[in-house]
Amino acid sequence: MKEDKKLLTDIEDALANCMKCGNCMEVCPIYKEIQTEAAVARGKLSLMEAVINGNAEISAGFDQRMAMCVSCKACAVKCPCGVKADELILRGRQAAVKARGLNPIKKQVFALLANRTLFDFALRMAGLFGPLQMKKLPGRMAVVARFPMPGLDRRRVLAPFAATPLRSQFPEHINAAKPRMKVAFFTGCTINYVYTDIGQAVINVLKANNVAITIPAKQHCCGTPVYMSGDVELAKVFAKHNVETFERVNADYIVAACGSCAEAFKIEYPELFHDEPDLQRQARNLAAKTYEISEFLVDVLRFRQDTLGPVPATVTMHDPCHMARGIEVTAQPRAIVAAIPGVKFVEMKEPARCCGAGGSFSLAHYDVSRKINDRKIADIASTAADTVVTSCGSCRMHIVDGLVQNGRNQECLHVVQLLDKAYEAGKCLQFKQP
Amino acid sequence: MESCLLNELRRIVGTAYVLTDKEDLLCYAYDATPGFSHMPDAVVSPANTNEVSQVLALANTEKIPVYPRGSGTNLSAGTVPTKGGIVLQMTRFDKILEIDEANLVATAEPGVIVAALNKAVEQFGLIYPPDPGTVATATLGGTVAENAGGLRGLKYGVSKHYVMGLEVVLADGSILQTSGKNVKDVAGYDLTKLFTGSEGTLGVITKIIVKLVPAPEAKKSMMAIFSNLDNAGNSIAAIIAGKIIPATLEILDNATIRTVEDYAKVGLPTEAEAVLLIEVDGIPEVVEKEAAKVVEVLKANHADQIQVAKDAAERDKIWAARRAALPALAKLRPTTFTEDATVPRSKVPEMIRAVNQAAAKHKVTIGTFGHAGDGNLHPTIVCDLRDKEEMERVYKAMDEIFTTAIRLGGTLSGEHGIGLGKLKYMEDQFGEVGMKTMRAIKKALDPNCILNPGKLVGEC
Repeated sequence: MKEDKKLLTDIEDALANCMKCGNCMEVCPIYKEIQTEAAVARGKLSLMEAVINGNAEISAGFDQRMAMCVSCKACAVKCPCGVKADELILRGRQAAVKARGLNPIKKQVFALLANRTLFDFALRMAGLFGPLQMKKLPGRMAVVARFPMPGLDRRRVLAPFAATPLRSQFPEHINAAKPRMKVAFFTGCTINYVYTDIGQAVINVLKANNVAITIPAKQHCCGTPVYMSGDVELAKVFAKHNVETFERVNADYIVAACGSCAEAFKIEYPELFHDEPDLQRQARNLAAKTYEISEFLVDVLRFRQDTLGPVPATVTMHDPCHMARGIEVTAQPRAIVAAIPGVKFVEMKEPARCCGAGGSFSLAHYDVSRKINDRKIADIASTAADTVVTSCGSCRMHIVDGLVQNGRNQECLHVVQLLDKAYEAGKCLQFKQP
Repeated sequence: MESCLLNELRRIVGTAYVLTDKEDLLCYAYDATPGFSHMPDAVVSPANTNEVSQVLALANTEKIPVYPRGSGTNLSAGTVPTKGGIVLQMTRFDKILEIDEANLVATAEPGVIVAALNKAVEQFGLIYPPDPGTVATATLGGTVAENAGGLRGLKYGVSKHYVMGLEVVLADGSILQTSGKNVKDVAGYDLTKLFTGSEGTLGVITKIIVKLVPAPEAKKSMMAIFSNLDNAGNSIAAIIAGKIIPATLEILDNATIRTVEDYAKVGLPTEAEAVLLIEVDGIPEVVEKEAAKVVEVLKANHADQIQVAKDAAERDKIWAARRAALPALAKLRPTTFTEDATVPRSKVPEMIRAVNQAAAKHKVTIGTFGHAGDGNLHPTIVCDLRDKEEMERVYKAMDEIFTTAIRLGGTLSGEHGIGLGKLKYMEDQFGEVGMKTMRAIKKALDPNCILNPGKLVGEC
């Protein structure tokens, strides 16, 4: 049997468990917008079954329909039979990559991503020369393209690439006076090359809590974008590199400030190496000490609250899919916001509903991702909050785009940035005291 | 399908709303019923009544089968396009047109999700009572066409008790209006009821006027555990005989209790023969009085254990067992048949015993739960569709279940409809004259048999 089809027959039993009840339709953000059966998990699973039964081929059409998924996991959580449709759809994408090869644009991007040195060079150049191509929007960390670019919708608001990536702004080791512990910071690409302000906030907050930080210079992309596209082999290369790199630094804990990056370390890596016991053991060890930053600050560090100053803001929160349904961290970011004096927190309707970013999904299907996002923006608007906090760079970028497109003025920050502001405000308070 | 015909369909509804790619058609080959699958030739999504009319007129002239479809959550293979042709996807009809507070009626398009209608009328202190298990996904049009019921059926009935008027496009494309907002309306044949539950075989519903009722002010939930099935059965009869009509009166049999306990750990004794879940609703004083009376009846009929929910959290806990019934059973094996054989409520224990016997005799796994108060049981058969030998036994057990239901004076369907799944038993229930009459109606309204052909009344 051909290897591509075997990838599907391996999951034949899992597919058979779908009883086609259609409950996934209630929660699928894409189905809500385009209303076709192929858009929802039930349809995609049927399509895979059709391939197994010989009623369909792994065609371009198959590939396109598997791509129409934001991987928000809402269907899997909703399923009464416990079918992990999100994972099965990834398997469908994997089969499509095996059968038809990777989409040429993705192939180029991933080739660049795979070459760490070249990728680093390219994104530094983007940071330096970006202003020639991208026009800054006033008052926000946001830019729009001056000229058309292939694969990018011109209307789309992005964030500027950093002139200096985060990991070049800081030494590999940042000591604390009397360190309580040593934490390795997995920055991820978005924070390293784009939202360095989030990375800066992570470092500040950890320092404020007397934690020694190490930022391994040789860390790679977490591999999630590659894995989600079905290129599992390349994802494993990234994972192996990161597992070995982080094992060497021998930190007490590993933190990431992105739900997807944390999920990669905590869940995906151990699963990726199911047939390589040594690597899997290493991956499991690291997974056990990996935390998303809010989770770490609340559950492990019990972050200092006596030095927090007031941040006058009305705040609402968007839960990234991989936080809410991936690593299931939603209480901790709220605990952080609740601890900050001066903040008025207003919960939005359906805070864990996908914002439509879905990593590269929003690049490939901008129109659909915009429609999903418009609902999120409407929910944000109805809270009267002036600040939206979230825990994922990709969500932040997409929400900022949505706010601009809908003529809204709210600020969008990572939760840890709000906490950083509070520590900063706390310093001023101390200064004022006699 | 011929390309000029497809072009004509595209002209009517717009190119984007005619799907013909194989990958899309495969996704409309099924509904929520196991064992039936067939690809249509095209999926057409009209936007308004006029477009539906044009599509039907064309299909009628060309003798192309048409299958109206909402969310496709039905359990009778009613929307499977078994003869190819056009799946008429009605989800673009998604507007609630009017909530008429003065007359307690709402007018909505068929693609509106039932839960969305309920949410919209909630602010007026009203409810639309039919609440099938798929209420959050199913469309109003689909539930009306299938005459869907739900958990509140005992007190509130099924869809047909709430549909007051319809706009229907007939097979030849002509548009029919039935009844309206009048509470009393005895003029002519009752066409509203004829189309409600017609399962897409007589016309395509394009507008629905429904009756709304005041939302109950209070609710009280109870759970009773029985080590003897007959005591549970006697309790059901005695509650009704005591002139109390609970909103909900559910039963779980031993097989279901064991499966639920294993899966959800809600604290049910696994040796119990039956669990009854009861909810009374209405005005607070009446609810208190009725709840007390129910407890009295349960005690008199030797319930081993009775729990009355004191608050919302306890109510939730009690209903967790019922909510877990289908998922717990469904997780046992890949394929799940949820049937809805219904008997007069006095026959519920006898029916459950017959189901258990059929399960033992044919060596299949069946858990029975359902709406005991209205006699509507859900024998749920779990199996593996890919195992041919097992499926033969499953179908034999099913035959036995349905013939028993009819023998006990019951009906093939309490709320799911007939579709294809139960077609072969129809003659047993209605006899030759009954079937002849129904086929005569079908032929009079759809002489070319283009509407959901082969379903409900079979070939004609």
